[in-house]
Amino acid sequence: MLEQAAVKRLVQIVGKEGVFDSPEDLVVYSYDGTFEEHRPDVVVLPYTTEQVSEVLALASREHIPIVTRGMASGLAAASVPFNGGIALSMTRMNRLLELDQQNAIASIEAGIITADLQAAVEKVGLFYPPDPSSIRHSTIGGNIACNAGGPRCLKYGVTGDYVLGLTVVLADGRVLHTGGKVIKDVVGYDLTALFTGSEGTLGVITAALLRLIARPRFARTALVEFKSLADASHSVNAILSAGVVPATLELVDETAIACVEEVLHLGLPLDVEAILLVETDGSDEAVVLGEIEAAACICRENGARQVNVAKDEDERASLWKARRSVSPSLARMAPNKLGEDITVPRSAIPEAVRRLKAISAEYGLPIVIFGHAGDGNLHPNILFDKRDPGQWSKIGPMVSQVFNTALELGGTLSGEHGVGILKRPYIMSALGPVSIEIQKHIKQVMDPFNILNPGKIFPD
Amino acid sequence: MSQLIGIDTPSENEYLKCIHCGLCLAVCPTYREQLTEAASPRGRVILARKSLEGELELDSGLIAHMYSCFTCMACNDLCPAGVRPADLALGMRQTHEQIRPNNWKQLLFGSLISKPGRMELTTLPLRLYERLGLRRLFYGLGLGKLLPGQVRDMEAMLPHLPQRPLRQVLPEVTEANGDSHYRVGFFLGCAQSLMFAEESAATLRVLARNGCTIITPKETVCCGMPARGYGRQDLVRKQAQVNIALYEQAQVDFIITDCATCGSTLKEYGHLLSGDPDWAERAISFSKKVRDVSEFLLSIPLNMPQRRIEAKVTYHDPCHLRRGQGVWKQPRALLKMIDGLEFIELPEAEWCCGSAGSQLISHYETSIKVLGRKMDNLESTQAKYIASGCPGCQMQLNVGVRQRGLSVQVVHPVTLLDRAYGKR
Repeated sequence: MLEQAAVKRLVQIVGKEGVFDSPEDLVVYSYDGTFEEHRPDVVVLPYTTEQVSEVLALASREHIPIVTRGMASGLAAASVPFNGGIALSMTRMNRLLELDQQNAIASIEAGIITADLQAAVEKVGLFYPPDPSSIRHSTIGGNIACNAGGPRCLKYGVTGDYVLGLTVVLADGRVLHTGGKVIKDVVGYDLTALFTGSEGTLGVITAALLRLIARPRFARTALVEFKSLADASHSVNAILSAGVVPATLELVDETAIACVEEVLHLGLPLDVEAILLVETDGSDEAVVLGEIEAAACICRENGARQVNVAKDEDERASLWKARRSVSPSLARMAPNKLGEDITVPRSAIPEAVRRLKAISAEYGLPIVIFGHAGDGNLHPNILFDKRDPGQWSKIGPMVSQVFNTALELGGTLSGEHGVGILKRPYIMSALGPVSIEIQKHIKQVMDPFNILNPGKIFPD
Repeated sequence: MSQLIGIDTPSENEYLKCIHCGLCLAVCPTYREQLTEAASPRGRVILARKSLEGELELDSGLIAHMYSCFTCMACNDLCPAGVRPADLALGMRQTHEQIRPNNWKQLLFGSLISKPGRMELTTLPLRLYERLGLRRLFYGLGLGKLLPGQVRDMEAMLPHLPQRPLRQVLPEVTEANGDSHYRVGFFLGCAQSLMFAEESAATLRVLARNGCTIITPKETVCCGMPARGYGRQDLVRKQAQVNIALYEQAQVDFIITDCATCGSTLKEYGHLLSGDPDWAERAISFSKKVRDVSEFLLSIPLNMPQRRIEAKVTYHDPCHLRRGQGVWKQPRALLKMIDGLEFIELPEAEWCCGSAGSQLISHYETSIKVLGRKMDNLESTQAKYIASGCPGCQMQLNVGVRQRGLSVQVVHPVTLLDRAYGKR
């Protein structure tokens, strides 16, 4: 428990409307998008970098754990405060500070919702490509802290590829500025990259400079139906090997299709093993059309039963709504789900899909597969009921096998969700002792009292 | 949990499917203004679950988060897992009301609102305020500027009040103009009768002009929505029974209302009384006949309006019409029928206006912020009229229009249609 004096001091720093410690408030800041939960001792919602700095200085002095969070949509329990302490919610620092059109750079506070930023820059013809499925319920700060991905990463890269600079409050309260409004910058170590994906363990990101690009003016989206899941995964490679680079190449298997269809009633096919969602985009309509036709043609050659190109923006929007609804709609199938995000070299996708289904068959629990097949990033979701001890006891071994599959095929544990607490037991086998040792040294230099999101990423 | 024994509570199926994904945060008007988890649908679901499972006390602190929900139902519509957080918030209010009943609710919903005559008497001072010119004086002398913001905004909610409640003026039977093709019942909502009488009078003219003989039972009672919002589902059931019996006597094919809130409640009677063997079938048969006026008009061959209205119009979706009844194309179609009227789609038209019945009174600051978002969108359309078939929304929009000094008129869609037909 926290000393009352510390709570009083927090109120002095951010005001009483920014400090909560009733049992209800602690409970609603105890979870993220997983089944894990643990209450913090106090919740703090700062408005400025200066306030964050004072909060961290206090936490450093008193050795109070600080767990930073955005909208808590994470899938690795990275923002669950297992050691209590302060839950630092960045949601009220949500301003777009500057939209510099001449340099195509947005200066933002960490708590801005990703979709809000996208809408604001698209109004002036600019484009912020990273599009995690949680764009509407996650913040840029959280996206940077987890180096979030999304469907469009296939063509446009991940969040980190768009971060030019950061404002970070360090463990002792000092404020660090990295990078700047420049595209090229090789002066000193790349600290921007160090904080990107650090999951709140090295500092608190309060603001960022983001690189924007010109908005592609045209997009075509195709829904491709496959009688066989294997054909669908082979088609992914065939498209990319042929030199076509779609913006997205998404795979959704039959269970996921059935769940989404039950929710949205879009008329998705229920008698296929998989669909691919292929989108091409660009500024030349003829090229965009040519690419989607080329992709469609390759799919047909590889066993696609049918290819439907969305006729208008409404149809396209509903296909993407369907894709974004996949993960949450699985809740209709079972009370609990564990969604992983392994990444493999894209040539290994068909084999990865085959092995995942074999694991599911061996343990008798469903593993639903969907994800960003184009960049080798798959979301195997194990469905189960945590209250059933028989099912719950299988989860550990199943997860372990899923990760082994990824590693054996030359891949890794996580493409976009991060390590958090859930993948911690497996990180040693993914990275090896030398890498872990160096990373732990970095953590120690940045956070000597281990107050920043303690217990996350690395095994003790 | 001992305090919940013998209490009617939401079942675990209403919350077990929530996987905390957070999708609902994006569409929740209270979350988007307060940016705190407790003001989000996900937060409310977790709080409901923890209190029903006994981990948290169902006390005044917890129930406050259930009352902070605007029940706009955007989360209900969105949740891919099938959780209905807004319904759960209402269920928790009902649970709490059984444990700690509030006497004022019995008085207000059980006694006052349930008797139209009593309600008319109580609101007489408001009509006098309007009639005696006090209202003009209020604004003319600039007294509005002296008042604290909330009182001023509550005053601005009031439309130009009718001299007499419409209930006292309307005949029991309104004959169709020309041949009668439909025998319909009209459900005159309390707010429509007391405050928007001219609108409902227009609704009746439009129905009569389109071949309807209209029966308006005078002894109808409140639809029940206010009692439902305050956790008194038991009173809603009683009110439902009174209304169902009245329309059975009237022997009508349809039951039409021009109030979005009444319509959505009346359509729920079937569900509400499904556990009562004496009433279940009668309630289903009643609910099946209920139509919003725009929904009904678009389902029959309609006389085309002849007069032009030269203006820009936009439309705000009442939550109780769009999500409560799935009616959103029809009011737009009605407006587009009128020559000269340029229809401009309101950005985020389906986003709550912040009225939510009484939130302007009970949760003033959030309500005003939610309204601000709506008004920003309204101003972007440059419309002269904003149409919306809900008295709560109209009152709230009026507050926004006054606050910003706009020359926009807030109207019911059918009022414009009536004007385009030409009054008789």
